[in-house]
Amino acid sequence: MTDRLSVVLVDDHRLFRAGVRSELATRVDVVGEAETVAEAVALVLDRQPDVVLLDVHMPDGGGRAVLAGVGAGAPATRFLALSVSDAAEDVIGVIRAGARGYVTKSISADELADAVRRVADGDAVFSPRLAGFVLDAFSSSPPVPDDAPAADHADLDRLTARERDVLRLIARGYTYKEVAAELFISGKTVETHVSSVLRKLQLSNRRELSRWAADRRLV
Amino acid sequence: MTALPTHRRVVRVSRGRVVSGVVAGIAEHLGLSPLVVRLAFVALALADGVGVAMYAVLWLLVPQSAAPVKDSERNLAQLLALAALTVGGFLVLGSTGLFSPALLPLVFAGAGLGLVWRQADEAQRARWRSTGNRRSRLLAVLGGAVLLVLGLTGFLATIGQLGQAREGLLSTVVVVLGLALLTAPWWLRMTADLRAERRERIRSQERAEVAAHVHDSVLQTLAMIRKAADDPREVTRLARTQERELRGWLYAPVPSRELSLAGELEQVAAEVEEAHGVTVEAVVVGDCPASPALLATVAATREALANAARHSGATTVALYAEVTADRVEVFVRDRGCGFDPAAVPADRFGVAQSIVGRMERHGGTAVVRSRPGGGTEVHLEGRRD
Repeated sequence: MTDRLSVVLVDDHRLFRAGVRSELATRVDVVGEAETVAEAVALVLDRQPDVVLLDVHMPDGGGRAVLAGVGAGAPATRFLALSVSDAAEDVIGVIRAGARGYVTKSISADELADAVRRVADGDAVFSPRLAGFVLDAFSSSPPVPDDAPAADHADLDRLTARERDVLRLIARGYTYKEVAAELFISGKTVETHVSSVLRKLQLSNRRELSRWAADRRLV
Repeated sequence: MTALPTHRRVVRVSRGRVVSGVVAGIAEHLGLSPLVVRLAFVALALADGVGVAMYAVLWLLVPQSAAPVKDSERNLAQLLALAALTVGGFLVLGSTGLFSPALLPLVFAGAGLGLVWRQADEAQRARWRSTGNRRSRLLAVLGGAVLLVLGLTGFLATIGQLGQAREGLLSTVVVVLGLALLTAPWWLRMTADLRAERRERIRSQERAEVAAHVHDSVLQTLAMIRKAADDPREVTRLARTQERELRGWLYAPVPSRELSLAGELEQVAAEVEEAHGVTVEAVVVGDCPASPALLATVAATREALANAARHSGATTVALYAEVTADRVEVFVRDRGCGFDPAAVPADRFGVAQSIVGRMERHGGTAVVRSRPGGGTEVHLEGRRD
């Protein structure tokens, strides 16, 4: 096993931080905790951790404000949004601000550790809820062919049929490994699809996306 | 209204009013027909204008009722009444030879005055509704003021006193301006205070509402959790139920929730959670009205969830539903012990009847995938019609 990942916890609930810290203690190095946006920004810039577990909803702007505050100051750091129940608008805002994934606080310790590792590796982490959300938000547009040239701008607004398949399975509660087995593809390919969806989610400027998020809640 | 005639106050009502609701209010209070009261006022008005003075005083002193009013019905009626009154007045004056051209501008001035005064009523009512059209009210006041000034000027011009009046007018304007400047701080502070007070009242009302809700739900649940502290399953159940309830309250529900398929499925998930103490991770993509055939899918979903909760041993069950143009797909998945579908006797009621049979009766399908140690997934597919 490679050396342990360094992790910073950002959450305004002390109890919750303590819980996560004890759950993750055997798997990663928790190098710091912050409970306000300002503290978090300073801490992340100072420690340059591998991964920041970021609460979506905090006073003074929440996770989005932390991401904006850190900016380009911690290029190697990845952010994973962690939340108990929020409006879709907030969650999608954090993702679009640069978080690499979103999981709910009810996630098990093993799954959380796994998610942290995947985010650190540069992959995206989708909870079933987030997968369902993306499917819903992109449902109005027809799928693009799988072999369409990438980075075409209009294609940012649409998912490929394969990406839909992957998201559907994630929404059904499948792990990446199970998705790979189900679709007869490699785990790496699943990661690629999910990362591509994350990119679309971050870059797409379709108006439906924000409107969709505004009148729905995502948990 | 029946046994309490003791202390009812006269109010100006907005229903059935013609000018400001004074007559309608009095008629309602006395139990007379408005027509009778109106005739009485007209009779009094002819007696040296006593009726007009009485009306004016009543208008000032009698509060208006807070009942809402429909704008469209009253505006036309009022306009017609006033026009008829004016024309009638001129006809009477004309026939008695008392008519003079100087009266015409006075009518305009009166109309302007009435328009401005009316706005006081409008402003009060708009505050009750809290949706007044500010701009149109401001325009009405300005229009009324212009009408008043033009009318008075016209009056003075027709009786040839304009030149004399000008000097007097100038000094009056100066005095009025001075008074306005002198008292301006008080007026400003008064309106600011009024606004602050209203805002504070709204805020404290909201706070009271939140406090009431938190007390009824969260605090009660916390007390229950403390009592059940040594029963982890019960604590989880209580916490989960409360979470769901609070979430529903915070993120205001979709209006058509009761009738929608997504709403039904979420309801089912909540019920299974509560009854069996498992966590159901429900994800619903899309939505549609819950037709009777789809309600069968919902019922089958409930059965699949309950089976997973009862038999799989898993603590979490995933529910995923997707609504497409012509059908609804539901997946219920657990990571529990699983079973060998081929080994289940055909007469076992649960899966065969409640799920597969029910779906097939309504033109849908149900497939159960499971293997020992590998969890179970039930795939339901229902037709939209």
